[in-house]
Amino acid sequence: MSVTKLKLNDDAAPARKAEIIALAREPRKARRYDLATLAGRVAGTVLPPLVTIALILLLWEVLCSSPTSSLPSPTRVLEESWELIVNPFYVGQGVDQGMFWHIFASLQRVAIGFTLAVIAGVALGALVGQSDWAMRGLDPVFQVLRTVPPLAWLPLSLAAFRDGSPSAIFVIFITAIWPIIINTAVGIRNIPTDYVNVARVLRLNPLEYFTKIMVPSAAPYIFTGLRIGIGLSWLAIVAAEMLIGGVGIGFFIWDAWNSSLISDIIVALVYVGLVGFLLDRCIAFLGRIVTRGTANA
Amino acid sequence: MAKPYLSLEFVDKSFERNGIRSEVLTQVSLGVQKGEYISIIGHSGCGKSTLLNIVAGLTQATSGVVFLDGEVVDSPGPERGVVFQNHSLLPWLTVYENVSLAVDKVFSRTKSAAQRHEWTMRNLDLVQMGHAKDKRPSEISGGMKQRVGIARALAMEPKVLLLDEPFGALDALTRAHLQDQVMQIHTELGNTVLMITHDVDEAVLLSDRIVMMTNGPSAKIGEVLDVPIARPRRRIELASDRTYLRCREAVLKFLYERHRFVEAAE
Ligand SMILES: Nc1ncnc2c1ncn2[C@@H]1O[C@H](COP(=O)(O)OP(=O)(O)OP(=O)(O)O)[C@@H](O)[C@H]1O
Ligand SMILES: [Mg+2]
Repeated sequence: MSVTKLKLNDDAAPARKAEIIALAREPRKARRYDLATLAGRVAGTVLPPLVTIALILLLWEVLCSSPTSSLPSPTRVLEESWELIVNPFYVGQGVDQGMFWHIFASLQRVAIGFTLAVIAGVALGALVGQSDWAMRGLDPVFQVLRTVPPLAWLPLSLAAFRDGSPSAIFVIFITAIWPIIINTAVGIRNIPTDYVNVARVLRLNPLEYFTKIMVPSAAPYIFTGLRIGIGLSWLAIVAAEMLIGGVGIGFFIWDAWNSSLISDIIVALVYVGLVGFLLDRCIAFLGRIVTRGTANA
Repeated sequence: MAKPYLSLEFVDKSFERNGIRSEVLTQVSLGVQKGEYISIIGHSGCGKSTLLNIVAGLTQATSGVVFLDGEVVDSPGPERGVVFQNHSLLPWLTVYENVSLAVDKVFSRTKSAAQRHEWTMRNLDLVQMGHAKDKRPSEISGGMKQRVGIARALAMEPKVLLLDEPFGALDALTRAHLQDQVMQIHTELGNTVLMITHDVDEAVLLSDRIVMMTNGPSAKIGEVLDVPIARPRRRIELASDRTYLRCREAVLKFLYERHRFVEAAE
C-alpha cells in the first residue's frame, strides 16, 4: 500500500491533465450531435401532436357533419363564432366583452386567490413540517377539509362576503391551499439532516433558517404543490364563475349555454384548455429556474 | 499539567429506539492540547461519528461532559467548525455563497461587507477553490466539494476543526493531494483538529496522536498512540521512515489483531 502512495505525487499532474482533455472533448461531440439531429428532433416533437389534432378534428367533422347533429362540427364552429374568434379584445356593454377580457378577469381572480394560497400554504406547511405537535393537531383537520369539493365552499363564502368576486377568490384560495400545505410539509420533513446540521453549527435564527435552508431545500416539493394547486384553481374558477356571474370565462360559458350558442362554448373551452396548460407550464418553468441547483443534487 | 484545550470527560452515549437501548460509547475521556492534530480511527459503526457529533454539540451525550477552552459544550456553534462525512454543501448556493453564508453569519458584527468578501475569498484560495467560486456543488468534483466544505469550516475561525472522514469518498490521488493541503493549512494556521478516519496511512501521516477505538457496541478508547514524527512531513520520505513504519504497524496491529471487525456485532 505504501508503495502505491510513493507514486501518488508524481502521478497527480498527468492524471489531472487527462481529465481536462476528456472534459473539453465532450461539448464538441454534443454540438455536432445537435446540428445533425436538430431538424429531426424539432419534427419529432412538433409533428405527433399536430397529426393527433388533425385526426381529432377530422373525426369530429365526420361525426357532427350531419344536419341533424346536436353539436356543431369544427367548420360550423368557425362559421358561427367567427366574430368571437377574430375580436378577442372587443369591448362592449356589461358581460358582452371579447374573450381576452373574460380570460383576463378570471386570471385576475386566480392570481389573487392563488397568491394568498401560496403565502398561507407555505407558512402552514412549514409549521406542520417543522413541529410534531402542529402536525398532530392540524393534519387531521387538513385531511378532512381538503376532501370538501371547491364549489361546496361557495355558498358559505357568499354568505360571508356578500359579493361574488371575493367569494370566487376565496374558493380559489381554499382549493389551491391543500396541495401546497401538504407538499410543503413533506418537503420540509425531507430536508436532509446534513443541511439542518449546517444551520445548527452556524446558529441560524428561525427566519434565516426559513429563508436560507427550509424554502430552498423544500422548493422542489413546494413547486409540485404549486403546480397541482394552480391546476385545481383553474378548474375551480370556471365552475365558481358560472354561479357568481359577471365578466369571466366561467359565466361566459354559462351565458352562451343559456343563449344556445354552442359554438361559442366550444371556442371558450379551447381558450380554457390553452390557458390552463400555459399556467401549468409557467409554474413548471418557474420551478425549474428556482430549483436549478437542488434538482440534481 | 494544565487543563487541556479540548477535553472529553467520561462521555457515554446510548440510543434508545422502540424501548431497546443500545450503548454506543462508554467512558470516553480525552484531552487535546491547543494546536494538536488528533485522529480517531476505528472500524465502521463503532461510534466515531457519534463521538464527533457530541464534540460538535449536534448530539447530546447521555452522560459526561465536553469542555472547550474552559466552557461546557452543550449546543452546536461556529467555534467548532465541522466538515461532514458527505460534504453537505447547500446545492442551491454557489461555492462562494456556501462559504459566505458562514462568513456573513459569524462575522456579521465584527467585519464590514468588504472584509467579509475578502475573508471568503481568502479561505476559498486557501483550498485553491477561488477559481470555481461561481460554480454550484453539482458542477464540481467530489474532491472540490470536500475542499469547499473545509473552506467553509475554516472560514468560521473555529477553535477546533472537526473532520468526519473528510477524504473517505475520494479516490487515492485526490485524497493524497487533499491530505497535503490540510497538512499545509494546519502548519500555517495551527488549528486544533479532531479528524475521523478509516485510513491507517492517513492517520499516521497527519496526526500528532492517534486515538484507536474498540469495536462497538459500547466502544471506548482502546489505545492512544503518539506519532513522534517531526513536521513538516513529506509522504515520500516517510515511506521508509522507521518511526512512521512502527506507528503504522502499531495501528494495524490494534485494528486487525486485537480488535478485528466482527460482522456479527453489527
Ligand atoms: N440516531 C441514532 N439512533 C440510533 N442509533 C444510532 C444513531 N446514530 C448512530 N447510531 C448507531 O450508533 C453506532 C455508531 O454510529 P456512527 O455513525 O457513530 O458510526 P461510525 O463509527 O461513524 O461509522 P462509519 O465509520 O461507518 O461512519 C451505529 O451502530 C449506529 O447504528
Ligand atoms: Mg461515521
